[in-house]
Amino acid sequence: MSTLTSARIFAPVGTAGKLFAFGIDVFRGLFRRPFQLREFLQQAWFIASVTIIPTALVAIPFGAVIALQVGGLIKQFGAQSFTGSASVLAIVREAGPIATSLLIAGAGGSAIAADLGARKIREELDAMMVLGIDPIQRLVVPRVLAAMLVAVFLNGLVSVVGVMGGYFFNVVLQNGTPGAYIASFTALAQLPDLYQGMVKALVFGLIAGIVASYKGMNAGGGPKGVGDAVNESVVITFLLLFVANFVMSAVYMQLVPPKTG
Amino acid sequence: MGVEIVVDGLSKSFGKQLIWGDVTLTIPAGEICVMLGPSGTGKSVFLKTLIGLLKPDKGSIVIEGTDIASCSERDLYEIRKLFGVLFQDGAMFGSMNLYDNVAFPLREHTKKSESEIRNIVMEKMDLVGLLGTEDKLPGEISGGMRKRAGIARGLVLDPEIVLFDEPDSGLDPVRTSFLNQLIVDLNAQIDATFLIVTHDINTARTVPDNIGLLYHKHLAMFGPREMLLSSEEPVVRQFLNAQKVGPIGMSEEKDADELEAEKDQDLPPLPPIPMQLEPSNGIPRRSQRDPGSWCKEHDVTPPPGSFEENMSMTTGA
Repeated sequence: MSTLTSARIFAPVGTAGKLFAFGIDVFRGLFRRPFQLREFLQQAWFIASVTIIPTALVAIPFGAVIALQVGGLIKQFGAQSFTGSASVLAIVREAGPIATSLLIAGAGGSAIAADLGARKIREELDAMMVLGIDPIQRLVVPRVLAAMLVAVFLNGLVSVVGVMGGYFFNVVLQNGTPGAYIASFTALAQLPDLYQGMVKALVFGLIAGIVASYKGMNAGGGPKGVGDAVNESVVITFLLLFVANFVMSAVYMQLVPPKTG
Repeated sequence: MGVEIVVDGLSKSFGKQLIWGDVTLTIPAGEICVMLGPSGTGKSVFLKTLIGLLKPDKGSIVIEGTDIASCSERDLYEIRKLFGVLFQDGAMFGSMNLYDNVAFPLREHTKKSESEIRNIVMEKMDLVGLLGTEDKLPGEISGGMRKRAGIARGLVLDPEIVLFDEPDSGLDPVRTSFLNQLIVDLNAQIDATFLIVTHDINTARTVPDNIGLLYHKHLAMFGPREMLLSSEEPVVRQFLNAQKVGPIGMSEEKDADELEAEKDQDLPPLPPIPMQLEPSNGIPRRSQRDPGSWCKEHDVTPPPGSFEENMSMTTGA
């Protein structure tokens, strides 16, 4: 009985360990030749095609909300001249990576998990292993790399579209001054903000790709198993991404001093 | 020439449930073997264990001096190149057409030029009668065609061992006969070791050189075809003749009451042993034995009417 309880309590530890081991397998597969360039490009294109439009559509209201909130708040402080700077900072530092993580996990990750899950239950992965081909090297590595690449680009897209959305709402709806908005861009924001956004996106792509692949490859029990795998992969990825975002933001705040003046 | 597979003391369980234990058998090189068993006795699990997709809990599987149960991942991928496997539903890659599916192992493992690949692929497609369907996607063809395409893909690397997971499930009797003939012809042609997992008795009675029967979590019997077909062992006899009387019940084993109830019922006499299927070109296979030779060697009288040409194929009473 006690063994059963302890087995149940430690089950999540085991799952986390397996996920980590899978991550290491993927990392090792990264250096194994031949690199699957074709699969990588196909997947990158595929992930981009399912994420670009939703990302752009999410980014506009994201930028607008931040512009509205920050604009209102900053007016109360009487620092309207910094409106542009504050919203750029918020978008590039936080909103960009967060919107990217939502889309890369929700659209990209779920597509990867569904694809690999369907292959798993149709025994395609078994067939591949039997043909002497490692599915991690052949299928997972290109997908993870593609998710990372696309995440970085999505982050850039969110930043640009979000800033444009913020500009529109601030200038058109809140009667801000266009010149002041643009001129204050660099007052608080700095180049490392952009870098950390890109690094975050890269890590998000990595996590989303690995979790989705792991869940997909371990789907079981027919079509329902695939559905469950997709569902779990999205939930787990969200959890991990928000934690990772918090940790990386905290570390960044410690490492890079805020710009003054 | 095929490769011998030596299985020793193999056990596998999922969680606490034992699938089968202490399976010991030697699959002789170049011969056709059939593994039989009632539904749910782990025949497919056995097949997947042989190719290392599942790890057994105990025991060893030795192929060309490598133990599949304990070798490294790298060795496993090497040894798998000896295998050609037909999965239950063909397991074709859904995103590729049939040509690319069959060409896949060649493109991954060899440095052959596209025109060489084309020749090999077309030859194998012709062998399984699928010429003209190269451009179809696996989703667009019938289950039987998928199976045949799966065979073609399994054969392109000239395997030493060919495993079939229920080649006859979901096929009509005519196609099953053609497929059985194809299996025999293939064995005559490439001399590989064949293992067929099935519960089709007709296949089991006419195709193989050896038969194995998995029952009640162990290997009930493994041996030459004629040995099992003339066996008086209740389980073997019941299964190979598709009868209700015997130890196998609807769910696993029959209980004591049921066995008591049918104690007085006599088993019907063993049906005659049919001729083994011969290659269609008439040239005997290397591993083929004369009909009745095992019975003669072991002083077993085969059931009356055995080994007659054109005998009825029906089993059971």
